[in-house]
Amino acid sequence: MAATKTIRAIGHRIVDAVWRIGSATRFFILALLYSGMGFKRFRLIIKEIFSSGVMSLIIILVAGLFVGMVLGLQGYETLKRYGSESALGSLVALSLVRELGPVLAALLFASRAGSAMTAEIGLMKATEQISAMEMMAVNPIARIVAPRFWAGVISMPLLAAMFSAVGVFGGYLVGVVQIGVDEGSFWAQMQAAVDFREDILNGVLKSFVFGTVVTVIALFEGYDAQPTAEGVSGATTRTVVNSSLAILMLDFVLTAIMFRGN
Amino acid sequence: MSPSALVEIRDLNFTYDKRPVLQGINMTFPKGKMVAIMGLSGCGKTTLLRHIGGALKPSRGSVKIDGQMMQDLDSAGLYAMRRKMGMLFQFGALFTDMTVYDNVAFQMREHTDLPEELIHDLVMMKLHAVGLRGAHKMMPSELSGGMARRVALARTVALDPTLIMYDEPFAGLDAISLSVIGDLIRRLNDALGATSIIVTHDIQESLKIVDYVYFMANGVIVAEGTPDELRACDTDFVRQFVHGEMDGPVPFHYPSGDYRQELNSQG
Repeated sequence: MAATKTIRAIGHRIVDAVWRIGSATRFFILALLYSGMGFKRFRLIIKEIFSSGVMSLIIILVAGLFVGMVLGLQGYETLKRYGSESALGSLVALSLVRELGPVLAALLFASRAGSAMTAEIGLMKATEQISAMEMMAVNPIARIVAPRFWAGVISMPLLAAMFSAVGVFGGYLVGVVQIGVDEGSFWAQMQAAVDFREDILNGVLKSFVFGTVVTVIALFEGYDAQPTAEGVSGATTRTVVNSSLAILMLDFVLTAIMFRGN
Repeated sequence: MSPSALVEIRDLNFTYDKRPVLQGINMTFPKGKMVAIMGLSGCGKTTLLRHIGGALKPSRGSVKIDGQMMQDLDSAGLYAMRRKMGMLFQFGALFTDMTVYDNVAFQMREHTDLPEELIHDLVMMKLHAVGLRGAHKMMPSELSGGMARRVALARTVALDPTLIMYDEPFAGLDAISLSVIGDLIRRLNDALGATSIIVTHDIQESLKIVDYVYFMANGVIVAEGTPDELRACDTDFVRQFVHGEMDGPVPFHYPSGDYRQELNSQG
């Protein structure tokens, strides 16, 4: 009996999860379909870019700087063993541009901006603002969801790029300024090793995918939240957990596709 | 359908989760009048309002507004119909990320191509009507409950709707705000020549301002009439409701088993 119960519970969970992924996909398509109006009122997107993108800048820049500094330090310690300290520049830049920039910026974006989006939309729902909008014959997907979606998709690659740039500067500070690696070889090695299409474009593509996924999860969780205090707090937690997992899993898939055999 | 009725509800039934929420509701809302729908919490009042707004579709029966069946409208038709409606939500439902001014201007900007100067004048007129012209720069979080309700009222009538719905407009207001809102609702209805539907359980305040009342309990209409008729009415339910008696046709106890048995069963 207990076994049947467990199997049934597992089955329920799986069906639930599939159902939610389906609803989120439908929600994503609706957001795309109703984006026309969002573009017509471009100032709405600008406003959302400010609240999700610009307001995330501080955490992105500070985190990027420290991650770059740690990379400089750790990288130097390791490279020194093989006498190739001059490769520090390429190590820092490649790690950031290919992996750490897009992934860490997306994780930070999910917890800073994604959670805020979920909480905001969940509370709008709980205080009947979304119903009010529907009663005013204004489509809430077009007016609330679409501008936030595009703001997230546009902000994410820019934030990841800034994360990487500041990270490289952090690596430079520790490697060149503090430890004393040769400045010329630091930059020259970096320039030689980083390929625009292979590394930078692939990194941008990754952050674009992460931005889309994080924003869709955040908006969907908010829109789908139970309109109560517990509902909104649960939805906010789910946004951070689900988008973090999605980022890390997608990162593996994308990396496998992009850099296989290199 | 009588020519003077804006909204007609015929044999409306709604079942949710196999539980009948509304059963055989017949109501008529004549043009230019204010009609209250009263009843206890959970009796189906808000569900009824959602049917009139087209947010829910009836399991059986019909809601006809201005000659059109609500359940037959597609989403474009529904949105077109809603442009003629205004709805005041229970706690105002103001957009918290916009100023008072932008809240009232919202529908004008969304649905019209009016120049911003004209919108400014219209918004100021609406805010003046509710006495809050001076508060146009404030955010909803800075308003008291009564002020927020008045701003929401100004927003509700922003596009001069022909049908205005109020969901518990008096809930959670102090005595002064209560009569201010009541008075404003009546005056706005008459000034706009609109038809109003007020869902409420505040009997004293609404009997002062409305033309007709429907009483609901457990999803059916149990009494109806003009305020004077209801005050004189002597049925048990109306008497219990009007005088706020604790027990009567509406029982104090939620249905439960035998009390004596319940107490003994634990020990």
